[in-house]
Amino acid sequence: MIVHHIVGASVPRKEGWDKLTGAARYVDDMVLPGMLYGATVRSSVARGRITKITFDPQVDWNEFVLVTAKDIPGKNCIALILDDQPCLAAGKVNHPEEPILLLAHADRHKLRKAVEAVSIEYESLAPVHTMEESEQQSTIIWGADNIFKSYLIEKGDVDAVWKEAAHIVEGEYFTGAQEQLYIENNGIIAAFDAENGVTVWGSLQCPYYVHKALMALCGLPEEKVRVVQMETGGAFGGKEEYPSMIAGHAALLAIKSGRPVKIVYDRMEDMVATTKRHPSRTRHRTAVSKDGTILGGEIEFTIDGGAYATLSSVVLSRGTIHAGGPYYWPSVRIRTKAVATNTPPHGAFRGFGAPQSLFALERHMDRIAQVVGISPVEIRRRNFLKPGQTTTTEQVIREDINLDRLLGRALELSDYAAKKTRFAEENKKGVRRKGIGIAAFLHGAGFTGSGERYLNSQVGVEAGADGNVRVLVSSAEFGQGTNTVLCQIAAEALGLPYESVAIAQPDTTVVPNSGPTVASRTAMIVGKLVQSAAEGIKQTLTKTGLLREDYTSKQFRAACRQYIAARGALKSYARYEAPGDVFWDDEKYRGEAYAAFTWAVYVAEVTVDLTTYGVTVDDFVALQEVGKVLHPVLAEGQITGGVAQAIGFALYEKVIWQNGRMINNQMTNYIMPTSADLPPIRVFFEEHGNVHGAHGAKGIGELPMDGPAPAIVNAVEDATGVRFRSIPLLPEDLFDALRPQSLEQHVPSSARGMA
Amino acid sequence: MNPSPQTSAKCEVLFTVNGEAKKVLAHPMERLLDVLRNDLKLTGAKEGCGEGECGSCSVLLDGMLVNSCLIPVAQASGANIVTIEGISAHALIHPLQEAFLECGGAQCGICTPGMILAAVHLLEKKPEPALADIREGLAGNLCRCTGYMQIFEAVARAARRRVVS
Repeated sequence: MIVHHIVGASVPRKEGWDKLTGAARYVDDMVLPGMLYGATVRSSVARGRITKITFDPQVDWNEFVLVTAKDIPGKNCIALILDDQPCLAAGKVNHPEEPILLLAHADRHKLRKAVEAVSIEYESLAPVHTMEESEQQSTIIWGADNIFKSYLIEKGDVDAVWKEAAHIVEGEYFTGAQEQLYIENNGIIAAFDAENGVTVWGSLQCPYYVHKALMALCGLPEEKVRVVQMETGGAFGGKEEYPSMIAGHAALLAIKSGRPVKIVYDRMEDMVATTKRHPSRTRHRTAVSKDGTILGGEIEFTIDGGAYATLSSVVLSRGTIHAGGPYYWPSVRIRTKAVATNTPPHGAFRGFGAPQSLFALERHMDRIAQVVGISPVEIRRRNFLKPGQTTTTEQVIREDINLDRLLGRALELSDYAAKKTRFAEENKKGVRRKGIGIAAFLHGAGFTGSGERYLNSQVGVEAGADGNVRVLVSSAEFGQGTNTVLCQIAAEALGLPYESVAIAQPDTTVVPNSGPTVASRTAMIVGKLVQSAAEGIKQTLTKTGLLREDYTSKQFRAACRQYIAARGALKSYARYEAPGDVFWDDEKYRGEAYAAFTWAVYVAEVTVDLTTYGVTVDDFVALQEVGKVLHPVLAEGQITGGVAQAIGFALYEKVIWQNGRMINNQMTNYIMPTSADLPPIRVFFEEHGNVHGAHGAKGIGELPMDGPAPAIVNAVEDATGVRFRSIPLLPEDLFDALRPQSLEQHVPSSARGMA
Repeated sequence: MNPSPQTSAKCEVLFTVNGEAKKVLAHPMERLLDVLRNDLKLTGAKEGCGEGECGSCSVLLDGMLVNSCLIPVAQASGANIVTIEGISAHALIHPLQEAFLECGGAQCGICTPGMILAAVHLLEKKPEPALADIREGLAGNLCRCTGYMQIFEAVARAARRRVVS
């Protein structure tokens, strides 16, 4: 057999050529005969009872298909975890832009006018708009106490450490909502006929989530619901749960009208109505010894879940487990909760809770360093987790990770020490202040704790009579490279050229459920299953005597042809088996939270302009240990893309809320980084391997979202001496803190009262 | 079906699209983007924002890079329009597509047709662009996936190959 090096090589992206020629088919590029367009009439208030719905008599409503909650054949909910979110509000609304009724028409212009011709009156109820109001519980808007979920992690005896502490350092930190801002808006087409049931085609991450939701909503059995993923123009978590809602709407209109229905949101609707990153508040109280060693701490982490439970419990879980970062806490108490407010539900977004709690921690580490009187580098060195030590959930670090060395290399790559000294000198004069900041962090790959066991994912690999191979998974491609990486793994396992392996379009009638395309799990967990399924094909052929151990592609082709001629299809499936050494206690939140962590140290260099109050990131070093890099170009692209989004999270992207509604729901006034705004993002990998992943890979999609924001704000503090605690950090925030009079009385940051 | 008031207000627009003379019947204020996508079935231009911010609907109109979501079709009357589907013969296109594929310049692909057209437009004006020229030349085309670094690399590589060949 030829020695293959497909894994680890930057082979061409499978669907790359179609994307580069404009031939790739996204949902809005698809038109079905007789298709109608669908639109959603939404609530204009944050909370209230619907008292009257009036249809403007000037419109001929007979031309329109109209769907209300009464038309739902099954259960009026978007089935996910708690099933508390209605597909169409019936009687009561709990957030602005909540879907109330649906319209369809063949003419999009008429449809738009018709939406405006529906007026809804409400008996208004007192809304809750902030986490603080929600916590006060004077108005209960969800359950008995406004709390979707809470967790408590306790390790050691934290109550005993305060008296030993040389320093007790407190801080409170905030992160804002962030819009995923995939460039392709959400969209679904649904069709219905009595024989086949409902079929939907759409822009989505998790075909089987949509499948489950449609079964419940439409009251249809498994085989009467088909979900097909079209080429998807970016997702970042934003197409994890909301596509189930849109698919439900399109399906209801298709069932009622008997015609295919397309619902594609425009940008304003997508931004105002769909999920965003959960806003967060983190409070730290940390006991530290004289030399800067952490003795213990209390961490309170709270996220705003919006009006329905959706995925908040899971986002909270990840934020909770990541709250202690890559440090050793001899004792810790972490109390966390997700609370309800009358805003559209917040949801999945790359990082999934970790960017929020890690922002707080990495800002707080710099604060601890100041109080102790040591450098940001030293405080991290003294507290890094080492192999054999335990995380906050008492997971023993078995990986051969040396964070001290990782930090050392990041400092070298960024020329940290020289710059730190030079900036301190140069900042004494002029209006341009320079700063440099670091963040050290980790990210757990795959579902948390017992999650992968519950998912019980399955993948298939199929060989044709021509010897070409097809990978069958529900894992979706939305830019990150699923198609390419999974084909590489199968090709490598079978000793075939990359070109001989293709991936099936995710279609629930064709592919098994390999789980949702989330949580940095595709390359690591699904990849490993693809590897075993591919090996299964090889075993079948060798066991039947059609193939020797040592074979050429040509012999493989001949063997496939013979096998299929004699016995029919040649398919092999592999199902997830939990590794024996991964133990997790869901009750106590203790144990092996993740099969593997990725580790990183990022360094940001910034300039703060005291004339414009703008912050520019001038250089960015992203160094990470990610296990085996399966495809260097794609891996680098994941990091640069994640860093860019996180720079937006830190410095540009502010969702402005008014009465629970986003009011800057346009690309004109919600600003993401352009090609002119970003620094060189310099990406470096260390590869230590990982026994749980395909060829030693770990997940990398989310990691780069976690570290940039704290590294940047740490750099801004280094430049200005002001202890900023909230992101996004916009020029107006810098102006407030740095206007000329405060510059004149410049005092060392440690003496300021910002925190 | 009875003609609606909108149908009666339609007018004939003649222009050249990808080298072919085209005649469409459309409302004068209909967006060029919709006419291209719906009437001419050229779906390579994408709608990202509908307000000229994101550039995914970019096309070349008389050699200018424009957001087709901002052009009323009447304004395109008599114009020479080139979309991603019609650019395969351009001398720059193959080097650009190859370089995008090698460097990872396309991820989800939704901004890619617009980005490729913006790159063609840039390289026509500046065959040997500096990094600053590339950053500026692509600043009207948003990409949420790549962080742009690999796109810069791809455009620079295509330019180098073009100059060498």
